[in-house]
Amino acid sequence: MVTNITNLGRSGLSDWLLQRVSAVVLALYTLFIVGYLLFNPGLDYAAWSGLFAQTWMRIFSLLAFISVAAHAWVGLWTVTTDYLKPTAVRIGAQLVIILAIFVFLVWGIILLWGA
Amino acid sequence: MNSKRPVNLDLSTIQFPLPALTSIAHRITGVILFIGLVFAFWALDTSLSSPVGFAAVSDALAHNFLAKLIAWGLLSALAFHLVAGVKHLLMDMDIGVTLEGGVKKAQITVVVSVVLIILAGVWVW
Repeated sequence: MVTNITNLGRSGLSDWLLQRVSAVVLALYTLFIVGYLLFNPGLDYAAWSGLFAQTWMRIFSLLAFISVAAHAWVGLWTVTTDYLKPTAVRIGAQLVIILAIFVFLVWGIILLWGA
Repeated sequence: MNSKRPVNLDLSTIQFPLPALTSIAHRITGVILFIGLVFAFWALDTSLSSPVGFAAVSDALAHNFLAKLIAWGLLSALAFHLVAGVKHLLMDMDIGVTLEGGVKKAQITVVVSVVLIILAGVWVW
């Protein structure tokens, strides 16, 4: 079996499944947000912040942000391993990507619970 | 593997079938969406921070041409990426996994995405 030390699940099958589960979560979150905005055309701050004050919405959002992190890593890992052949360039790009994912995750948690 | 086999990796001389183009577009839109997370997180964070922040985001989306363009661009990338993703899930379920099915699904992906992109444009403007 070919093992790789930089992919998320350490196994292609694990990554394959993670990519699909996270994709379904993100599709549901996207449809929910787009649907909410479409059905609330005159949205104001009270309703918007009220939605994100609900526990279920914070959990749904956190699940979506974690899914973004996993999905982006599997996807960008695939892209970087396909196109960036020199090891130093590839590892460098992957380090930048993982740092950005970490920042987005922390940012997401702070915006959900920090305010 | 026989290393003397002729290899042509000059992409400009290769004619890509439609499923290859939608596959590449799926990757490109994925990269665009990752970069676009900066704008999405900024908009969400600012709009939730205070009534003033909410007004700033909704004002930008209502009047700022550049903000509208970014919103439409990201919605378009998201629409294509989502539709192409659904196509992937269909293939995982063994639906239409033939040469003809692959071309047909790629055509449907393009048509559905174009419709959604136009609708997104109508929504933003």
